Amino acid sequence: MQRLNLKQLAERSQGFAPGHRACAGCAFPSIIRMLLAAGADYNLVIANATGCMEVVTTIMPYSAWPVPWVHNAFENAAATIGGIEKAYKALVKKGKIKETGKPVKFVAIGGDGGTYDIGFQALSGAIERGHDFLYVLYDNEGYMNTGIQRSSATPMYAHTTTSPSGKVIPGKQQPRKDLTKIIAMHRPKYAAQGSPAFWNDLVKKFQKGLEVEGPAFIAVLSTCPPGWGTPENISIELTKLAVETRFWPLYEYEDGYWKVNYKPRKFVPVEEFLKPQGRFKHILKRPELIKQIQDEIEKNWEELLWLESRKPKEE
Amino acid sequence: MEKGKFIKMALTGNEAYAYAMKQINPDVVAAYPITPATEIVQIFSKYVADGLVDTEFVPVESEHSALSACVGASVAGARVMTGTSSQGLALMHEILYIAAGLRLPIVMAVVNRALSAPINIHGDQSDTMGSRDSGWIQVYTENADEAYHSVIMAIKIAETVNLPAMVMLDGFIISHEMEVVNTLPDEAVREFIGDRKPLYNLFDFDNPITVGPLDLQDYYFEHKRQQMEAMFNAKKVIPEIVKEYNEKFGTDIPAFVEPYRLEDAEYAVVAMSSAAGTMKEVIDAWRERGEKVGLLRLRITRPFPYEELRKYLGGLKAVGVMDRAESHSTQGGPMLQEIKAALYDLETRPKVTGFVFGLGGRDFDDEQANKILEMVKELKDGKELPLYSFIGVRE
Ligand SMILES: Cc1ncc(C[n+]2csc(CCOP(=O)(O)OP(=O)(O)O)c2C)c(N)n1
Ligand code: SF4
Ligand SMILES: [Mg+2]
Repeated sequence: MQRLNLKQLAERSQGFAPGHRACAGCAFPSIIRMLLAAGADYNLVIANATGCMEVVTTIMPYSAWPVPWVHNAFENAAATIGGIEKAYKALVKKGKIKETGKPVKFVAIGGDGGTYDIGFQALSGAIERGHDFLYVLYDNEGYMNTGIQRSSATPMYAHTTTSPSGKVIPGKQQPRKDLTKIIAMHRPKYAAQGSPAFWNDLVKKFQKGLEVEGPAFIAVLSTCPPGWGTPENISIELTKLAVETRFWPLYEYEDGYWKVNYKPRKFVPVEEFLKPQGRFKHILKRPELIKQIQDEIEKNWEELLWLESRKPKEE
Repeated sequence: MEKGKFIKMALTGNEAYAYAMKQINPDVVAAYPITPATEIVQIFSKYVADGLVDTEFVPVESEHSALSACVGASVAGARVMTGTSSQGLALMHEILYIAAGLRLPIVMAVVNRALSAPINIHGDQSDTMGSRDSGWIQVYTENADEAYHSVIMAIKIAETVNLPAMVMLDGFIISHEMEVVNTLPDEAVREFIGDRKPLYNLFDFDNPITVGPLDLQDYYFEHKRQQMEAMFNAKKVIPEIVKEYNEKFGTDIPAFVEPYRLEDAEYAVVAMSSAAGTMKEVIDAWRERGEKVGLLRLRITRPFPYEELRKYLGGLKAVGVMDRAESHSTQGGPMLQEIKAALYDLETRPKVTGFVFGLGGRDFDDEQANKILEMVKELKDGKELPLYSFIGVRE
């Protein structure tokens, strides 16, 4: 696998076009560029779930996509890419199309709503059936396209329009669903969690996810300034803080074994990640609630290290 | 194939569907089991396992994903088929519209079954009547033989007009009854349908395309208008393809409607699917008694054949429309309403009443058929009848 420097990344991002309507500071355009850069060795075909990304990148008659791209509905990106992949196989097998040039790779992209929630079944089914595809989740921790509603990716105590911080209830009452682990337990070829701030790590993960034959899954944290209540100019920094606080650990699952890709030397308290975000404003003066979030982080981190401790047997 | 030289096979409706699919040898089939259509996927899986087709079969985890995968595969240029029934079709509902709106010629073999609740596995047409306005071409067949030929023709029709098509047969009554089916040789089927010629190549990586973008106030309407143009075009194309098929193979399949003993009729019933078969026999008996009664079998409901309906029904004194589905509007079954609308602006038009019958697979028998004919005759003779009546139900 080729290690890509920043210059190569920029050259290889295959012209994801400017002029799309993502908000200033939205993190997913950077994620798309890294995906396209990692995918430049292949011919990519993308199926995109309904959500912010689909909406802002393809407003008729414009499209920001430099690769074949298909939108079907909200909950079925995984089923759609499965159909495309099978069609390609069938058409090649029957000689109706020729394999030329670079190998073709199939990618589905969905937001957290389209992945953790409404599209969960289709994704689970597609991985179980072993379709050859990479699923990229851009996780902005809420249904942003419909105006910032809670999803099962929304963190505990975050304010959204359907988990509002009220006089009695301080935002979302439940911790996040641990989707990457759930997906890993489907035993795909590859599963990982990445962050755009760690571009080197993320690009490598995209490269791996594309290279394997069979299902792969990569969850990427994606800042949403209007949804998170954050200034536009700290989006990437926030995805760094999320990792430094271990709120969003970077790890991989490969061949049944886990690897934590980044272990912060000094643990930054989660408060530092919460502080700049308007969606947590209502709990900043409630240390007992912040402690619950911190405890949740410690628990998950411990579990991750425990998972990682199981190493392949030496031959 | 020499015209009329069919290969006679004893097949159930489901077997006829699956056999047609085998001969079509689609590129991709994605499907999910549901009674009474389950056998279609079972038989087809066996064809795949035995290497009798080179289809990529996708045994999905739901009907929603079945049709979603079909959409993906069809966008990718493949010839795609699926099959379902009842709850499965209901679960596909969202994607039915997307398949039609993206102008994908997917062909679906449907076995009609009642919708829950109460849960029931037997035949009525509430499932597909609920998909009336989804933009699919909709063909209701009377028996296994017609279902077989209709599925083959549907491929060519769908791919000519770039719209999806669903072919229906009645659950259990046809899906599980064995009949003699006049099949064609494989080559005849393949020659008739040819290869799909997709409008674009998704895998042209030098000229990448975006499919299914956000289409707002400034374009959506034009795209919907074009979609309607395809449905108007289907009205022209369907009779041509049915005619071509009949002439080539010696079948005798009607296009939109089948008139039965209507020549000098004064009154008639409109029936669909297997109930039309029962009704024809009862009408024969009435004819023997000198009654001037006939039947119009409605075979295709999308596009809706209003010209044909006006032509055959316009001059009658009274018409009874049979619906094996409710519309829950209190205004009668869905076909009653559409047929009335079709006849409305004729200078002279028949009196029309409706009958809802056979829900949840309730047997439709001679007694009910006689009752319907008696009532339509009364209507012809000037008696006032309700908007519509329930036939064969305990009140
Ligand atoms: C079946 C269905 N239900 C609801 C919607 C409305 N809807 C569109 S996008 C969306 C939320 C998307 O959330 P997510 O997947 O997290 O993507 P984001 O917009 O946050 O990027 C919803 C609820 C829909 N399009 N389809
Ligand atoms: S609302 Fe959020 S996710 Fe959507 S485009 Fe704006 S920043 Fe991106
Ligand atoms: Mg989201």
